Amino acid sequence: MAKLNLKSIKKSTRDQFITIAMVIVVYIIVQILVATGSMSSLMQGLLVPMCTYSIVAIGLNLCVGYLGELSIGHAGFMCVGAFSSAFVTKLLEGTITNGIVLFLIALCAGVLMAALFGFLIGIPVLRLRGDYLAIVTLAFGEIIKNVINVLYIAKDTDGFHFAISNGNAIKLSDEGMWLINGAKGIVKIPHLSSFTAGVILILIALLIVYNLVNSRSGRAIMAIRDNRIAAESVGINITKFKLMAFTISAAIAGAGGVLYAHNLSTVTATPANFGYNMSIMILVFVVLGGMGSFRGSIIAAVLLTLLPEVLRGLADYRMLIYSIVLIAMMLFNWAPKCIEWRQKLGVKFRRNAKKEAV
Amino acid sequence: MNFLSYLINGISLGSVYAIIALGYTMVYGIAKMLNFAHGDVIMIGCYVTFLAMSGQGIHPLAAVIISIVVCTLLGIAVEKIAYKPLRRATPLAVLITAIGVSYFLQNAALLLFGADTKSFSSVVTLPALKLADGALTISGTTIVTIAACIVIMVALMLFIKKTKAGQAMLAVSEDKDAAQLMGVNVNATISLTFAIGSGLAAIAGVLFCSAYPTLTPYTGSMPGIKAFTAAVFGGIGSIPGALIGGILLGIIEILGRAYISSQLSDAIVFAVLIVVLLVKPTGILGKQIHEKV
Amino acid sequence: MKKALSVVVTAAMMTTLMAGCGDSNGDAQSAPAADGAAAGTESAAASDAGAASDAGAADGTTFKIGGIGPTTGDAAIYGTAVMNAAQIAVDEINAAGGINGYQVEFKFEDDQSDAEKSVNAYNSLKDWGMQMLMGTVTTTPCVAVADMTAADGMFQLTPSASSTDVIVNDNVFQACFTDPNQGTASAQYIAENGLATKVAVIYDSSSVYSSGIEATFVEEAANQGIEIVAEEAFTADSKTDFSTQLQKAQSAGAELVFLPIYYTEASIILTQADGMGYEPTFFGVDGMDGILGVENFNTELAEGVMLLTPFAADADDEATQAFVSKYQELYGDVPNQFAADAYDAIYIIKAAAEQAGVTPDMSAADLGAALSGAMTSISVDGLTGEGMTWQATGEVSKAPKAVVIKDGAYAAM
Repeated sequence: MAKLNLKSIKKSTRDQFITIAMVIVVYIIVQILVATGSMSSLMQGLLVPMCTYSIVAIGLNLCVGYLGELSIGHAGFMCVGAFSSAFVTKLLEGTITNGIVLFLIALCAGVLMAALFGFLIGIPVLRLRGDYLAIVTLAFGEIIKNVINVLYIAKDTDGFHFAISNGNAIKLSDEGMWLINGAKGIVKIPHLSSFTAGVILILIALLIVYNLVNSRSGRAIMAIRDNRIAAESVGINITKFKLMAFTISAAIAGAGGVLYAHNLSTVTATPANFGYNMSIMILVFVVLGGMGSFRGSIIAAVLLTLLPEVLRGLADYRMLIYSIVLIAMMLFNWAPKCIEWRQKLGVKFRRNAKKEAV
Repeated sequence: MNFLSYLINGISLGSVYAIIALGYTMVYGIAKMLNFAHGDVIMIGCYVTFLAMSGQGIHPLAAVIISIVVCTLLGIAVEKIAYKPLRRATPLAVLITAIGVSYFLQNAALLLFGADTKSFSSVVTLPALKLADGALTISGTTIVTIAACIVIMVALMLFIKKTKAGQAMLAVSEDKDAAQLMGVNVNATISLTFAIGSGLAAIAGVLFCSAYPTLTPYTGSMPGIKAFTAAVFGGIGSIPGALIGGILLGIIEILGRAYISSQLSDAIVFAVLIVVLLVKPTGILGKQIHEKV
Repeated sequence: MKKALSVVVTAAMMTTLMAGCGDSNGDAQSAPAADGAAAGTESAAASDAGAASDAGAADGTTFKIGGIGPTTGDAAIYGTAVMNAAQIAVDEINAAGGINGYQVEFKFEDDQSDAEKSVNAYNSLKDWGMQMLMGTVTTTPCVAVADMTAADGMFQLTPSASSTDVIVNDNVFQACFTDPNQGTASAQYIAENGLATKVAVIYDSSSVYSSGIEATFVEEAANQGIEIVAEEAFTADSKTDFSTQLQKAQSAGAELVFLPIYYTEASIILTQADGMGYEPTFFGVDGMDGILGVENFNTELAEGVMLLTPFAADADDEATQAFVSKYQELYGDVPNQFAADAYDAIYIIKAAAEQAGVTPDMSAADLGAALSGAMTSISVDGLTGEGMTWQATGEVSKAPKAVVIKDGAYAAM
């Protein structure tokens, strides 16, 4: 019966329902496993990173899958979210003792800053198209990382101190505290992220993006993706909707950054965590999971975060295997010959399914 | 005098970027794909030259030729195995496959050659040029790099203008299907493009490592990204654009480092790129594409 | 439907692959936790998180020391050196009867010098049943891991993460100098020996290690009356071309260039300075050690370079020579300072364990408390210093040695 009901509702609503149910079911299973002590430390440690990358992948999917613009600078928004939230946490740590309140304030700060950057960067970037847009997002991502590395902010009894490029100019009194110390980044960030917080953030992100893509605005965004000129000719305000999708996408990536920063006690902007390599990694999640499929993004983010860790036993070979798997998956998913072959199987599969249904 | 010396360093760095950017721009023009693994082909080229020179004691020139051959073959193989099956797939799928190839080459090099840095001895034995009583020194490598860049650029332009294969490349880049109908072997042309691009990558790699003598499995990735930026800067798909983009990028990087901030030189490069693209959305020499309804 | 199908197929492929790898892992190693990650269910009995402290006690017949550092990625050379040297020390200890009569197991995990991966590596080692941690090799990951070890009460000794941020917790100790120490010592040495009055600094502003030393060097230089004529930085993304920085140092008239950086970049700086005909005195710190070992590097260029380092591979004492020849025999390279620090670190753990009289059946937290207590009362003679002692802060006190490169070899000064 339940199956029938599920089929009778709108496809998009069903899709949304399945995805959210999947996240909740996984959450419950994980909680049971943790409670019964049957989950390894490695897996427990990976829970928050999986949430982080899922969230960022959801954000990027909105940009790539629905807006149809390739961004390879999303790690930059993650970076903005991570640094601004960690900054706020450090600042308020002494005055607000409740961890949840503190995390919420930091979250708001991180998301708002990322959204602001998304908006500001979006204005010039979205005038461009295709590969040119991609390279400019990459450039912005690199600039953000570069600038954070030369930023020095400290606080002592005399108030705030700022410096760019050289922290030696700042002489702190004894009780002084570094907030951002150039390349050393922010240290001693309280450990506020948790799997529960991560899952709640995933659910919120999902609700936002599903509601957006199924709304009037969402249809406008997809119309722009499918045919910009046609969309323009029916009176859709291209700039407004593009900016809207891009800003929301950046804000969600920023939320991922907040989770990232509060999971480790230190955050630095290195090429490995906020450079173009990370942006590309997130793009890989999105494309492998299927552009436009938020569920796919989550699954791909989780599996690909796991893969290198599970391959730890193979030590030096794991990154090599990872790359081969990546190539093989792309060929399998996209090569016309493979698709043909899969369709043959798929057709058979579907026919059987139909018989069952009857 | 300092300024002049910075300028020459910038042109030298830019020449290397330009040669690498050629590989990106040609492949993009013809296969409409971003070959992210291009930077890593450079690295493989360097290792081959290094091993041939210091391991086997082969003459530098012969070592460079071996390296060009190996890289050309590698380029063709990568194209056949990873990119060709995806010819009609979405550009994003090809992009990610290229990223996969890039990771593969880096990690294969890590396993084969080890993580430790090798000091690359310059293949250029030309003595440095001292001008104005030694106040201005131009190293032999710099001279050779700039010369090589000009020679390659001219040769490539002649190749495309004068030869049948070159004309075929032009035709494929204009319209793949029409070229096919006119009897151009599209697959062979694309393979040829990859071969030339990878061969150039080997030369660029050797020049890069001669000027900045260090070699690790990750050597290729940053110059790769910068050269890609240079290709977009000059207008991707355009060969003179790659030259102009590369050299300008090199000069901006060095002057930015000298006069603004050595830590923000990358940020400056990327900021200039953004400004240029906003003023001219398809790069300096890029073709304006008119959309058809 | 096509999309959904592709997702299902993707997932299926991944799962099979992971299951496959998990199994082969389990076969290849006796470590019980290896396939825990694959299914997240099997490892329950053997070792797991909630009961990390019991994990070690479960077999209780050997000490399990874990190590973390980059063995892939662009800092791989440092992690690999630490891994190899620590293995040598562990093998020696086992051959000589182990610690307190118990054999030692050592396992090293890769972190690619990334904080998040480092925490994963730490958790993975905990699943293996690690009781003591020798790591991590690089600073930023070490700060993140130190936070985890503090929560678990795990004893941690880092061979080479030299920032003071690393040792804020009571359970973390360093085998190497702290960055501020090196900067101050270098400035004092230069002033006391009258090496130069006009000094240029070229440093890596994106490296915690390098910018840490640079900051204290500049501060102390002011006290010592040294004039800093150029302060030039580079970053991890642009560390191949130093011609601009050198040009500036040259035109500012610097007689000495201070290089608080690793030898990889230093080797390029020396080559490029030679190319432009600039010949100041170069002065480095411990990261400079290893410059003579760079494959194919023209060591003539390093002639006259001075550095403060705790270890020189050509020292003629017996311990160093034995270590160097064993390392070369097993791994084919000349060990650098990281290797020496790691080798010492294992012996320091041994000394602390013997001082505290611990046994492997103790929990990791109990071991941690006992070892941390013992650290302040031991004195260790190692490759990187005689009579090394520790303060409760975790900082080591040992004397830096100044060496100069002469005839292609390190010579004491």
